[in-house]
Amino acid sequence: MESSFLQTAVILLGTALIFVPIAKKAGIGSVLGYLLGGIIIGPFILGLIGNEGEDIMHAAEFGVVMMLFLIGLELNPESFWKMRKSILGMGLSQLIGSSALIFALFYFILGKAFNTSVAVSLSLAMSSTAIVLQTLKEKSLTNTHAGKSSFSVLLLQDIAVIPILAIIPLLATNTITSMDSKHSIIADLDPHFSTLIILAVVAFIYIMGRFLINPFLHYIAKVRMRELFTASALFIVIGVAWLMEQVGISAALGTFMAGVLLANSEFRHELESDIEPFKGVLLGLFFTAVGSTINFDLIFADPVAVFSFVLLIMLIKAVVLFTIGKIFNIQLDQNLLFSLLLCQVGEFAFVLLASTRQLEIIDKETLDFLMAATTISMILSPLFLYINERFIDPKLGVKQAESRPADDVEGNESVIIAGFGHFGSTIGRFLRANGVSATILDNDSEQVDLLRKMGFKVFYGDATRVDLLEAAGASKAKILISAIDSPERNYQLVDEVKKHFPHLQLFMRAKNRMDAYELIELGVNDVYRESLHTSVSLGIDVLHALGQRKYTASRKAAEFIHYDEKALNKLGKFRHEKTGYVESVRNEIEIQERLLAEDAKFLDQREDVAWDSSKRRS
Amino acid sequence: MSKKVLILFFHPRFEDSQANKELVSAIKNVDNVTFRDLYEYYPDFHVDVKLEQQLLKEHDIIIWQHPFYWYSCPPLMKQWIDLVLEYGWAYGKDGDQLKGKYFLSAITSGGNFDVYRKGGRNNFTYKELLQPFEQTVNHCLGHYLPPFIVPSALRCSKQELQNYGAFYAELVAGIQNTETPLQEFLKYNYFNDLSSEKWKALFYKQQ
Repeated sequence: MESSFLQTAVILLGTALIFVPIAKKAGIGSVLGYLLGGIIIGPFILGLIGNEGEDIMHAAEFGVVMMLFLIGLELNPESFWKMRKSILGMGLSQLIGSSALIFALFYFILGKAFNTSVAVSLSLAMSSTAIVLQTLKEKSLTNTHAGKSSFSVLLLQDIAVIPILAIIPLLATNTITSMDSKHSIIADLDPHFSTLIILAVVAFIYIMGRFLINPFLHYIAKVRMRELFTASALFIVIGVAWLMEQVGISAALGTFMAGVLLANSEFRHELESDIEPFKGVLLGLFFTAVGSTINFDLIFADPVAVFSFVLLIMLIKAVVLFTIGKIFNIQLDQNLLFSLLLCQVGEFAFVLLASTRQLEIIDKETLDFLMAATTISMILSPLFLYINERFIDPKLGVKQAESRPADDVEGNESVIIAGFGHFGSTIGRFLRANGVSATILDNDSEQVDLLRKMGFKVFYGDATRVDLLEAAGASKAKILISAIDSPERNYQLVDEVKKHFPHLQLFMRAKNRMDAYELIELGVNDVYRESLHTSVSLGIDVLHALGQRKYTASRKAAEFIHYDEKALNKLGKFRHEKTGYVESVRNEIEIQERLLAEDAKFLDQREDVAWDSSKRRS
Repeated sequence: MSKKVLILFFHPRFEDSQANKELVSAIKNVDNVTFRDLYEYYPDFHVDVKLEQQLLKEHDIIIWQHPFYWYSCPPLMKQWIDLVLEYGWAYGKDGDQLKGKYFLSAITSGGNFDVYRKGGRNNFTYKELLQPFEQTVNHCLGHYLPPFIVPSALRCSKQELQNYGAFYAELVAGIQNTETPLQEFLKYNYFNDLSSEKWKALFYKQQ
């Protein structure tokens, strides 16, 4: 199928626009949406794109490179150094464990040649950085134990690609027939010398990142042209990637390193926001391309063989990961997540397998088979995660909570706190300091474990689930405090509580004024805006710094808060139904306007007569 | 016709005061009595002046009920006086909103009449020490009724406290409903001084 560049772009972007929202709505995550979209437009169903899928995939792999740059940006050298134990410990044991087992499978059971088995096992031990990190971010799991561990393992794999690429040629039995022409410039050089060059390039990037890029960005920033900054961000990423490719190191690793070195730069956020959209689009394209390149002929020829192979490999990897999780003391539910997150075969397998094919370590048939298997595992992995999230994890959480005998003694707790992050834990500590031991609901299992050790009564899971609320004693409690960060989940919680536990008095955290309006509309009386008291107390200190007496400023502050609470209830009524984002923003501006008008009235009629003797003097 | 009574109760640590618990439970639910626990309303001392003034206007007799701390009232009550009794409202030019209203101090005290007298440990009588409040009322053109004291409040038995509670309730109901002009009471030093007979004669004279 012949198609122009523009046509391909339209098809690919259109696919994303159609399938990703559907996938998000269905709660299965964007990765699966892209993949399914890719399959549907691929040559085997609609045929909207043909064999160019692979080329697109190679181009779009750059999304992975950008992603690693962004990850690096969020990880300064200090925290990177702190992670060294888990990177080495978990990462290395994953790589060695998985490849050893897969090697055994190929060498002893399938009877493949030794070199083939080694090359294939190393390739299949890799996981998909793109899928895993995207998933972690989307489900905000990055900071959980499973998320951090996954990240460590992925990082080691990314690093390990370099030595593996170096080892694979040694496995070649035939003399190399045709090395790919675009291969690195150092391939023909003496191995010792090439090591030296690699070290030099790494040192060069280090020096650049440390000393040169920042002044360079300063210089660009002074020009005050937004697009120039975007250009320099792209220049840095692409430049580093190109340099790395020249010396035959994984571009992803190089950009990651550049990212880490720039993590302390004041331009970090600008770089992030410049690269982010490119990364997002490219990664989407990458997933779509992966979907479209699946060779269905091969799968239909012997579906049982393909699928059982894929499942076997994933099982092996998952078991290895699970064992590592056990050794590193990851909680059961987190460990399951960890195992499922990383059990697919990743995009590095494409690269590694391609190079083994070039060296004729494996034959064309095996290559096609393994490529198809890799793709299928990448599709299955989000699916498994979805199943885990929906059906297995919830049961696990509650079971953990219920299996503790102490948890079964209900009744005397009259306060439940949903969400025990910074906001919730402050409330909890305050209540506890005053002899009120609240029951806590939280969905971070690490946190839950810690709190239990400290003697808190904690239930693990999503606070919007009625069964969990019931287990936590909601039907006997008097008060439910929601310290949950997400407004949407708060609304959901209010709905469920009003429906199932109408006797509970709700004390809700609200992100802001708009959020507070929503909650008031849902019938909540006690709404606490995060931003109100802290902002006003900052204001007091500013007035004080400007020379006002502290007590006067405090009185004014109390007056202001009092007025603001009143205005909240008053203006909330002016709000009309909003239908979409644009409406809601317009609405917010309108409310802001009304608020300022109301402020003016407040200032007009108010006269501070407290301890005022001016009238008596006259 | 029954007069409307506003009880302004100030106690920073009500939960531990047996005496005030008895007094409050005795009068809280009397008809035509508005009871306000001000430390509960204004924990941050941010007194709602407009609301307090409105309440004062709506009532005929105002009772300040509080423990006697350092020969005076708890700080929120002073805050309340400072803020609510505004110039131009309660006193000064055009300030006559409290004119003719009756004020009563109902006080729980750790000491008793024996230590609150000339030559006693506290050297001054309750009445003398309460002069700032008396004069505040005078300045606002109101009438300061003789105070009602619960002496030795920390040493009273439960029964004694209950008796004071009953007396307090009778007193409140009495001044609310008596046909005797309240002016008549101003000559007494303390409501405590009224013996049962005098009490009945005054309160129930024409009933």
